[in-house]
Amino acid sequence: MKFLPLVWRNLGRRKVRTTFTALSIVISFLLFGILAAIRLAFSAGVDVTGADRLAVTHKVSIIQPLPISYGDQIARVPGVREVTHANWFGGIYKDPKNFFPRMGVDPVTYLDIYPEIKLPEDQKKAWLADRTGAIVGRVTADRFGFKVGDRIPILSTIYTKLDGGRTWDFTVDGIYDAPKGFDTSALFFQYDYLKEAAFTTNQVGWYIIRISDPQHAQRIVDQIDALFANSHAETKTSTEKAFAEGFAKQAGDIGAIITGIVSAVFFTLLLVAGNTMAQSVRERTGELAVLKTLGYGDGLVMGLVLFESCLLALVAGGLGLLLAKLATSGGDPTGGFLPVFYLPGRDFALGIGLAVALGLATGALPAWQAMRLRIVDALRRA
Amino acid sequence: MGLLRWFSQVWAVTLLNLRTIGQRRGSSAATVFGVAGVVMVFVAVLSIAEGFHATLAATGSPAGVIVMRGGSDSEMMSGISRDNARIIADGPGVGRTGQGETASSELYVVVSLPKRTTHTDANVPLRGVQPAAFAVRNNIHLISGRPFRWGHNEVIAGVGAARQFAGLDLGSTLHLGENVWQVVGIFESGGSLSESEIWTDVDLLMPAYRRTMFQSVHLELASPAAFDRFKDALTTDPRLDVSVLREADYYAEQSRSLTTIITRLGYSITILMGIGAVFGAVLTMYSAVASRTREIATLRALGFGSGPVEVSVLAESLVLALAGGVIGGLLAYLLFDGYRTSTLNWQSFSQVAFAFKVTPRLLVTAIVVTLPMGLIGGIFPAIRAGTLPVASALRET
Repeated sequence: MKFLPLVWRNLGRRKVRTTFTALSIVISFLLFGILAAIRLAFSAGVDVTGADRLAVTHKVSIIQPLPISYGDQIARVPGVREVTHANWFGGIYKDPKNFFPRMGVDPVTYLDIYPEIKLPEDQKKAWLADRTGAIVGRVTADRFGFKVGDRIPILSTIYTKLDGGRTWDFTVDGIYDAPKGFDTSALFFQYDYLKEAAFTTNQVGWYIIRISDPQHAQRIVDQIDALFANSHAETKTSTEKAFAEGFAKQAGDIGAIITGIVSAVFFTLLLVAGNTMAQSVRERTGELAVLKTLGYGDGLVMGLVLFESCLLALVAGGLGLLLAKLATSGGDPTGGFLPVFYLPGRDFALGIGLAVALGLATGALPAWQAMRLRIVDALRRA
Repeated sequence: MGLLRWFSQVWAVTLLNLRTIGQRRGSSAATVFGVAGVVMVFVAVLSIAEGFHATLAATGSPAGVIVMRGGSDSEMMSGISRDNARIIADGPGVGRTGQGETASSELYVVVSLPKRTTHTDANVPLRGVQPAAFAVRNNIHLISGRPFRWGHNEVIAGVGAARQFAGLDLGSTLHLGENVWQVVGIFESGGSLSESEIWTDVDLLMPAYRRTMFQSVHLELASPAAFDRFKDALTTDPRLDVSVLREADYYAEQSRSLTTIITRLGYSITILMGIGAVFGAVLTMYSAVASRTREIATLRALGFGSGPVEVSVLAESLVLALAGGVIGGLLAYLLFDGYRTSTLNWQSFSQVAFAFKVTPRLLVTAIVVTLPMGLIGGIFPAIRAGTLPVASALRET
């Protein structure tokens, strides 16, 4: 640590160069952080799926409903602990661009199976007792300023009411939070409310089930699908992770492409920075020789050079990552399209690791040369 | 100083600079590739938006109209009864051929098929049509196989769908519920959205999906001018509750949100990267000036003005940036133009197959974007070069 002032002085001797090198590293890592958030947003939800949850959908496609009677049959399959179901409601809140998911669910079992949904006890009680009530996630509540007690009119594009109207009113009974990474943009309401629709079909969109032991998932999947084989509504059961991944991958190519392209450029920018860092060490060959003359050992000189490049990379890279954290802290920048948007801690740590790697990589060659330096040659050259 | 002489000085010094770029290969290359990277990403990201937009824009003719239930924003959510479909087809101004009105009542559903690239299921659109559908969309033509026979469990697949999803090759079979359907043909439709779809006879598709209603009526008016009268007649008809849209407007709306988000994303990433690349350019030009301190001082001592020296440094920086822009644009064109992929169109909840499209307009924009990068990157080093104290610079080793 006593060498810190020396290294710091060395960085400060060409202020313009050091500043611009640092700035381009800052930008690279800012970009890296933002990209990590974008990639996470495109694969939203995949990381937070429960290993003990399975999803059951219609085999032909997810838009086809399943009979509600399947619920009881699924519940009897050994290893199934609990079954719940959901219906996609869709619809329009004032304008089509105000998109957020709306789903009709069985409240008690749904909240049981999704312990991630954190709802104050009194709000939960109020919702269970209110057939036309709904709970709204934090992201959406903040976006539209919904408060408990508000009435939200949703124009349905699927369900017509008995009186011929298509506007469904929901009372906000609660606002739920969830751990980071869990999508809190959805509105959930009671499935029973849908019984006011002109065509009650006794059908549900999909089932979510919780199993006692994730190790038996494959057996349970096979058993459920066998149960309904050759019926008019065959099922496709998958782990919730596969189900969520399937969804993410429907849009996913694009997320992957963007990530791929920009990673390439991230490394281009780092190359520019690395080139300059190496150059600045080369310029000081003479000084390094003087240090050696004064009795600094080979290892120490190499360490000093490496320390300098790592210090610059870490300080600038860390600053870039902090800026990225700041830039992504506002949440979804697209207004509802990417509801889960933040810089995950794992990627932050990866960024720090990359900064150290950058420091080592750019410092390695000059440091090696500095160590091998023969005092007489170096002094003559300078 | 005469203007002509000034220019001849600029010319001479700039040429000298450019000729000696080879001596500063490493740092110059770093700048060129930095800029090239930025431009490549800019073009690549925006070519996604261009390609997606172009696919939807190619769908629907000027006189094409889509009729859905009132309030529906996509076919998937809509519903039109058989009686209503009849009333709509009889509306004023609907085109006619020898076989009757050019109006096709259709069902639009999805079927889960694995994507070839990821092997995960995707919602592939499956459209049930009536015979008039081929008159409404007159750009459909088969590139292999034969048309499906009405009343048989046969389908034809769009070329985009066949390329992106497994199980749609000619002769393969689809399992939809209890029935097995055969793929008998592959069709093209001028790069439009229809190429992402599978088509079959609507009268067979409805029972297979347990539907009793159509979802939309696609029709071709006798002339585009007939639209207002047709729309008024339908929306004021007390028997109907429908929304009537020009196909062009409907598809433009469908592409809007994805195009906007990609464009916004593309520009913000580019601006950030551009700033990074400018820093790289500044570094390069500073070291270029530093390595030629004596040369520059010699030129100044010989009577070259500080203006020409400054301009020459700026010109070098611009040339490097421009070279980067051209290389990046070319790379993007070679790597990404025509790259085929598919994505989920959230409005219709189904897959759209499309190809990246690197348009000339995009390339020009990209190269224009590099100019400020070169200018900003060169300006401070240029000032430094122009204000070097001649006497002490000459002495420098």
